[in-house]
Amino acid sequence: MSRRIRVFVPRDAAALSVGADAVAAAILAEADHRDADVHLVRTGSRGLLWLEPLVEVEVDGRRHAYGPVAAADVPGLFDAGFLAAGPHALAHGPTEEIPWLMRQTRLTFARCGIVDPLSPTDYCAHGGHTGLARAVRMEPAAIVAEITASGLRGRGGAGFPTGLKWQTVHDAPAEEKFVCCNADEGDGGTFADRMIMEGDPFLLIEGMTIAGMAVGARHGWIYVRSEYPHAVATLRAAVARAYAEGWLGGDVLGSGRVFDLEVRVGAGAYVCGEETAMLESLEGRPGLVRAKPPLPALEGLFGRPTVVNNVLTLASVPVILAEGAAFYRDFGAGRSHGTQPFQLCGNVARGGLVELAFGVPLATLVDDFGGGTASGRPVRAVQVGGPLGAWLAASDLGLSADYETLAASGAMLGHGGIVVFDDTVDMGAMARAAMAFCAEESCGKCTPCRIGSTRARELLDRILDGRAGPAERALLDELCALMRDASLCALGGLAPLPVESALARFPEDFTPEAAARRAR
Amino acid sequence: MSEASADLDRVRAVVDAHRALRGALLPILHEIQAEFGHVDAAAVPVVAEGLNLSQAEVAAVLAFYRDFRTTAPGRHRIRICRAEACLARGADALLDHVRARLSLDLDQTGADGRFTLEPVWCLGNCALGPSVEIDGRLHGRVDAARFDEVMP
Repeated sequence: MSRRIRVFVPRDAAALSVGADAVAAAILAEADHRDADVHLVRTGSRGLLWLEPLVEVEVDGRRHAYGPVAAADVPGLFDAGFLAAGPHALAHGPTEEIPWLMRQTRLTFARCGIVDPLSPTDYCAHGGHTGLARAVRMEPAAIVAEITASGLRGRGGAGFPTGLKWQTVHDAPAEEKFVCCNADEGDGGTFADRMIMEGDPFLLIEGMTIAGMAVGARHGWIYVRSEYPHAVATLRAAVARAYAEGWLGGDVLGSGRVFDLEVRVGAGAYVCGEETAMLESLEGRPGLVRAKPPLPALEGLFGRPTVVNNVLTLASVPVILAEGAAFYRDFGAGRSHGTQPFQLCGNVARGGLVELAFGVPLATLVDDFGGGTASGRPVRAVQVGGPLGAWLAASDLGLSADYETLAASGAMLGHGGIVVFDDTVDMGAMARAAMAFCAEESCGKCTPCRIGSTRARELLDRILDGRAGPAERALLDELCALMRDASLCALGGLAPLPVESALARFPEDFTPEAAARRAR
Repeated sequence: MSEASADLDRVRAVVDAHRALRGALLPILHEIQAEFGHVDAAAVPVVAEGLNLSQAEVAAVLAFYRDFRTTAPGRHRIRICRAEACLARGADALLDHVRARLSLDLDQTGADGRFTLEPVWCLGNCALGPSVEIDGRLHGRVDAARFDEVMP
């Protein structure tokens, strides 16, 4: 009998959306038909999303990639001998040697797409728990010091130093403290949190457990958006397995330390990605933003000192503990240390997850990795950092992707989403969409955001229709400044950014001539 | 959900099962909606009483979150992504097609109760847009022809 051949097909939501389940079923049926001894492993995604569904075959310990595979391609793949890595029009050679993947620095996404996300054995065999095993032997203050020394900053968008936040919670005297993972990845154009939750959930659990040990919290919560049902299901299954393995609960890794973890699901409110709105939601109320101070680090969930970190922040923690702060700190540029999982998407030829050290020029991401637009037309505009991020022009792509450089250019990195548009985009419509989005999603607590976004949308309607003069433009500028300066949270505070950046970089889309073109 | 007492008994059972959770209201409303398709007004006093909340507090949560419905949805729920990455790949044209195909606008349910059409801001499938979710199942690279293929 021939040896069992391992074939890998992702179960990531993106892969499923383009038929991965049908491909997996076709492979099993064809293998059965041909008496081939195939062992099918469902993984997360490698992040080469333009090649999804990406099928890999292990031959002599190396994986070979085929994609994008449709169910109808499967008999042909067998005919071509793909189980022995045979040549085929969809073949890309050994996966690790695909330049798009080889040129990345996968620290956070080291395992994603490689392992069975729910296999504790796979997790440990691929380096999992090295960080936690070290952390359980450390004093809490030493764990915090390690994170501080690594230079890790919050990946949710604000870029706040993680060590400082943890230190504050560590130093706060309280009987009860919490670790909350913000997995409400609501920014359009971002999907890295989802990929980690679906492709390497034990990594997030490990990072949260380390955070709990560091600050003295015995209970963690993951708040996942409801739009991610696959992530919710995978996380819940992973948490159950982690308990069964003794990785969570009353005696974590035999250390005698306690850490419990609960998964909660949002209900379709973008504003709950704001940390205080998320805490309100976890407590069972409408997601109304809280005024700060008090900081959540001092009075957070149920009034207790609480670490609130994004998925990618917490998922960066295990490698820092495993390899040491200096290892992590050495990646990056200036005060942006480590790696950033960039999410390349929109109208781009080769979209997906690109993890690189901070400081890579945007052009490298958009042109070299992305291969320009999917439509083949010129790139006209790129939005970096989600729906509240700035619009950049093709001529801005020399900018380095790090917190300081983008901030100095009036832009922001946010959660690392990069959305590419070709030259057919109407930037007037995009600016209006930003304010319409803010008006739709405003929690309503503060006036600048609640009323300002609606008035700004109305002004943009008039500008786009050609009904506005200089007075309306001046009023829009004033309104944007007011929202930026006086809103309670980043939703109202940042909503002017896409509008002002579009006005500054694409003024030709806001002229009476553009309005006349629109009317035709 | 009707006001039938069996349904309200079921609501009570859901409340009882989750009462011990801290911040139990959202998990309870999610479960009621998963079972009945929406959260009927008749359930509000039952949930409020079970959690020692005012009815206004429960109603406020129902009203605040887009996910929660207080009326029955269509038999098929279609959500179409309106976020930037999908717009960059033709989501506007797709929306025009879907509107015409279903004779529905966003946030409407057809008179025959067959379809509910809703917007959604990001399904996390931004490299493979335009994205549409149909009855909980995510579809990527959806153009007009593909929509017609996968439409129930």
